[in-house]
Amino acid sequence: MQSFLEIFDIYLLEAMVNGILLGGVLALLALGLNLIFGVIDVTWICYAELVMIGMYGMYYLVSVYHLPYWAAAPLCILLVAGLGAALHAIVIAPLLSAPPINQLLATGGVLFVLQSFATVAFGIEFRNLGIRLPVLALGEMHFSYSRLLAFLAAGIGMITVYLFMTRTFTGTAIRAIAQDRQIMALMGVDTKRIYVVTSAIGGALAGLAACLLVLQYDVHPFVGLSFGPITFLICVLGGLGNFVGGFVAAFVFAEIISLGGLFSDLEWGYVLAFAFFIAMMFVRPGGLLTRRS
Amino acid sequence: MSIDTTSRLGWAAGVAALVALPFVHRDPYHLHILILILIWSFAYTSWSMMGRFGLVSLGHGGFMGVGAYVTALLWNHLGVSPWIGIPIALVCAGLLALVVAYPCFRFRITGHYFVLVTLALAGIVLQVITATRDYTGGSLGYTPERTTGNHFLALQFDDKTVWYLIALGVWLCGLLIWRWVDRSMDRYALEAISEDEDAAAAAGVNVTYEKLKITVISALMTALSGALYCQYQMFISPDTVSGIAVSLQMVFAVVVGGVYVALGPTVGAIITILLAEGLRIGFGTKAVGWDNLIYGVLLVAFIIFLPRGILGSTLARLQARR
Repeated sequence: MQSFLEIFDIYLLEAMVNGILLGGVLALLALGLNLIFGVIDVTWICYAELVMIGMYGMYYLVSVYHLPYWAAAPLCILLVAGLGAALHAIVIAPLLSAPPINQLLATGGVLFVLQSFATVAFGIEFRNLGIRLPVLALGEMHFSYSRLLAFLAAGIGMITVYLFMTRTFTGTAIRAIAQDRQIMALMGVDTKRIYVVTSAIGGALAGLAACLLVLQYDVHPFVGLSFGPITFLICVLGGLGNFVGGFVAAFVFAEIISLGGLFSDLEWGYVLAFAFFIAMMFVRPGGLLTRRS
Repeated sequence: MSIDTTSRLGWAAGVAALVALPFVHRDPYHLHILILILIWSFAYTSWSMMGRFGLVSLGHGGFMGVGAYVTALLWNHLGVSPWIGIPIALVCAGLLALVVAYPCFRFRITGHYFVLVTLALAGIVLQVITATRDYTGGSLGYTPERTTGNHFLALQFDDKTVWYLIALGVWLCGLLIWRWVDRSMDRYALEAISEDEDAAAAAGVNVTYEKLKITVISALMTALSGALYCQYQMFISPDTVSGIAVSLQMVFAVVVGGVYVALGPTVGAIITILLAEGLRIGFGTKAVGWDNLIYGVLLVAFIIFLPRGILGSTLARLQARR
């Protein structure tokens, strides 16, 4: 018993809990990306950049227009949801019949556009809300409230999406389209409308993530690059379009990053996560939750 | 005269003119732009070696970073001449390509999956360079030490003409490799694979082997371009030679120029570099960000309206008229 406690020293436990808290937001991002991939069969390379725009939205609403945080957050979610719908209408819709790679590359172009738009419009300075939430001390461990809040809000967001998908007609139609794209059009479902709705939901999830991340990180035009690649890794690890797989993979990754960062720099946590990813590609190429064929 | 002889004569005349150019026109700024165009053309050509067969990689920024940083690190820390360092860097990039690509191809990870895996590769090379900032200088960038001895051994030349000729030679080698692949059986195998992997395998094509071969060739060429860029510019930073932005820049230039034709990437490089330089001269520091904004909008517009690229579409139109 004594030796067991020595292994589980207090920092390790703190890092593990922080990993779970980080996993919440990552799971939220993975859910949005998986939703869009599962329904429209498109990967938004620029997904993290939508989050970046959302973070700038929060910054301007709260710090410049002096809205309270709770009033700014819904506005920001609506803004990014609108962006998601616009992205679909302007870029993806004309390319729906083109080879899938073209859609992916086009969203890569949007990544350029959003990053440089932010550079031109907002400058390259690091900005933050100036809100510093207190730190929760639990015994000898310390957790920031912003992370707890992020975890809880991400959880609520995911449950809301789950209820929407299972309890409403539109949600059922979305799930049906994810299963068979051709047949649903014949069943009288307006696929174009469903695509736009799905894109808006995906955008809204990015907006929610933005509201939560802006409490923990500074905003700058390239902030998307610091969590975008990791989100893609999570989605591939969980199996693209597989919601449960993405959820599990998010927490696995967050733990690796958090624990890896405990022993060395945070970047090494990311490197470790990548090594794990490559190893998993050999073992479970179709995603964590698929059976080996 | 047959078409073949005419085009061969045309090529010979073009190459002769390019070789003669620095001896006639010695303006250092123009030479600098030309060298950059040639080095990046080579990088873009190496990307499209894979890209033309539907193997879209966003990880080439990673290979380029390995080529540039391994060469520079070996020179600064161990005093290894780039003449030995560059081959070592190429081996490293080739191994990296094998480690990432083998599971992808063996387990038939294609399309979106492949793009995302390679995208992650580019991101991680960037993270490793940033994380090892004690050696690589992190995001502040890195400078190979100026040699005090033999310039040839250190592969550092002050004369732009020498660099121009080196870049021209490497660029021509890139085109020759393209031609070699274009005329080989591998091309037909890879085209069959990009159409339908199962059918190609059923017809006796070794799918994994063929894809690995072209990927490693492409990665080696990209790493070489990174090393050359490093030796020429004498300054590298994670943002200019590695990471996702560089990978996307390659995709962009190739899509604009045309991915299925040999000179497409070169046309793409000419357009993108002239655009960036034009904006920089025209607007100075106010242009920060604008070049990428224009790139992004153009990239989206090209994919929607002109997916074969400028040169590709022009050639197709000429052929239709003939």
